[in-house]
Amino acid sequence: MSEYAYDEKTVTGFIVSAIGWGVVGILVGLWISVQLWAPSWNIPPYFTYGRLRPVHTNALAFGLGLGAIFGLFYYIVMRLARRPLVLPKLARFHLYLFNVAIALAALSLFAGMNQSLEYAELEWPLDVVVVGMWVVFAINIFATIIKRREEQMYVSLWYILATVIAVAVLYIVNNLAVPAGLTKSYSLFAGANSANVQWWYGHNAVGFVFTTPILAMFYYFLPKSTGLPIYSHRLSIVAFWALVFAYLWTGAHHLVYTPLPDWIQTVAIAFSLFLIAPSWGSVVNGYYTVGGSWDKMRTHYLTKFFILGITFYGLQTVQGPTQAVRVVSSLIHFTDWVPGHVHMGTMGWVTMVVCASVYYAIPKIYGTTIYSEKIANTHFWLVLVGQLVFSVTMWITGIQQGAMWKAVSPEGTLSYSFMEGLAKNYPYWQMRSAAGVVFTAGMLFFIYNVAMTMRQGTLAPAKA
Amino acid sequence: MSGAIYRKPIFFSIVATVVILAGTLATMFIPMFTEGMHPRLAALKPYTAIQLAGKDVYQQEGCNNCHTQTVRPLRTEVMRYGEYSKAGEFIYDRPFLWGSKRTGPDLARIGGKYPDAWHLKHFADPRAFFAQSNMPAYGWLAARKLDPAAMRSRMRVNDFPCTEPELAALAGKSELDALVAYMQAIGAAVKGTATASAALPPPETKNPLAAAATAVADGRALYDAHCASCHPNGGKDGIGPGLEDEAADDPDLYTIIAKGYEGEMPGFAGQLDRKQIWSIVSYVRSLKPAAAPQGGKAEEKGVRK
Repeated sequence: MSEYAYDEKTVTGFIVSAIGWGVVGILVGLWISVQLWAPSWNIPPYFTYGRLRPVHTNALAFGLGLGAIFGLFYYIVMRLARRPLVLPKLARFHLYLFNVAIALAALSLFAGMNQSLEYAELEWPLDVVVVGMWVVFAINIFATIIKRREEQMYVSLWYILATVIAVAVLYIVNNLAVPAGLTKSYSLFAGANSANVQWWYGHNAVGFVFTTPILAMFYYFLPKSTGLPIYSHRLSIVAFWALVFAYLWTGAHHLVYTPLPDWIQTVAIAFSLFLIAPSWGSVVNGYYTVGGSWDKMRTHYLTKFFILGITFYGLQTVQGPTQAVRVVSSLIHFTDWVPGHVHMGTMGWVTMVVCASVYYAIPKIYGTTIYSEKIANTHFWLVLVGQLVFSVTMWITGIQQGAMWKAVSPEGTLSYSFMEGLAKNYPYWQMRSAAGVVFTAGMLFFIYNVAMTMRQGTLAPAKA
Repeated sequence: MSGAIYRKPIFFSIVATVVILAGTLATMFIPMFTEGMHPRLAALKPYTAIQLAGKDVYQQEGCNNCHTQTVRPLRTEVMRYGEYSKAGEFIYDRPFLWGSKRTGPDLARIGGKYPDAWHLKHFADPRAFFAQSNMPAYGWLAARKLDPAAMRSRMRVNDFPCTEPELAALAGKSELDALVAYMQAIGAAVKGTATASAALPPPETKNPLAAAATAVADGRALYDAHCASCHPNGGKDGIGPGLEDEAADDPDLYTIIAKGYEGEMPGFAGQLDRKQIWSIVSYVRSLKPAAAPQGGKAEEKGVRK
């Protein structure tokens, strides 16, 4: 093997940045969870629920999520290509650009600059910056993969390439707008058509930010950390192609019973149900990889992060398609059930796998071992309990809300006013805030553990 | 499983792009060019300058995080909010503002449901009307003035007709004024507040609770919950008139409570059943200072105790 250095500083820069933005996003999340049951926690103009909620989603999806994806993708690509990045200085520039973009994003959202497109709230000047950042990233990823020193591209690289391509298409199309000044624009698309474009984007942002990149990490770090080979190469091929094909057809399941043409809704519902198959392809692959060595759940601390993570992915990808079905949608759509669903994915699947990947990568980069497995286990149980309480309370109150909205008295009048339904949420919203505190405590253990690991090691260029 | 494609990243990426674009073309791109995606109701009008300014405020404050603007074609939804949403209502919304979460109620039929004065008071203090509401107060928007020059370019970008006097009239108006104007414009192309009231059978010709001993007390509790924020007890300075001298006869009063007045008062038929509405009628009658023309002595006692 040849002698060369990986550019680890950029990787750790991204991981540390991601953690920093994660703290911001989680604290804002706690704050808005309290605002729902204590309106006096709204502080106009910058800190009302309406402005803070996009800060929460953007800081976590793009600050924590994308930051971790960028860092760990560079880490994975260098190793699977068996070479350093082709353009290490560009990657360093990418790191600075990323932090500037997220900071400006947060400030602009506090200021109320908002396109009103979920997960694409940023106004057009920042969209330009984001696209530039993505191009910079794509150049390095493609160049490094093309100039790789390993003939075969491993599964993780397929997911990485698909992520880069899909996000570029999604982000550019959905953000097309006509500017009216520097801080305001009007979408190129109107009415029902804009709804269709937005949810084609919105659902696939979930697909290509919260699914494919996390699968790339899962397929790389699970075998690496356990020493167990992936169970079936064939299954990972089938699951990959079926997933990236089917995802793009499903966006309109967010628009069931809206004025969007029915056929688009029906096609989306059908493909959503189909999507269970490729999703579970990866779930089964993960289970069988560890299958036969289940004692690792006890003896190897990272295995349980990955296995619980893929389990929540499996639950998420059954619950999601179920919600797409019209009769279920009519009950739970617009209720708190949906945030319960989303947070199982983000807190149960994404964060679990990202944290486990960081636990594996950081000691490797710093030439040391994890600071404390005990702290990692505490972290694991706290985020698990926090996430479960969060999701389950939201599911309960969501069903209650939906049922109260639908209830009709024998006389044929509505049984409950809207306010009666809202008031019933309060105890559940309070419980959700408490669950959020537990989850946050778990993440603090994680951050402490990572920081101490970095302190005890030295950032030496790794040898291949 | 011949692995050639997994050794050729460029070829792999081209195939992946094609696979990703299949669903994109079929469900997003091609429908864009079909008529079903761009219908327009005949009654739909472009936003005026102040309405667009209000819509901009709605987006700036992220109102769509808690309020939807699409009534689903479900029985109870139509009863609660009104006529279900039509694709042809939204062609001037760039982008759509249907929302995805109903922490607060749907707003697709809010236009004309309440008078402006109600909105101003409600934005300033949502809990003045709904004690358990969790909506943030937005009275502070009154201190933020509109910028006619910015609105000129925004109207132009949207291609909405707009005159200079109309823009000049924005000077001195606040973001709160604009938001109220937008509220009143939402759903204007479709008639029909909550159809629970439209489908209401005609009331009895006489109050069936006229002789019921508890009707006035029941009515008072309901009045306090649903009516008093606009028609304060005994007061004359509410958003609506005082009701001590209400001239309408019992069936008319029943109908007013059930159906409301377009633009002035919402109907309550979706929230209150027949007996509850008659109780409120009984209570309102009991407010009359002189001997009650209907209802009789039982209710007089009921209100005094």
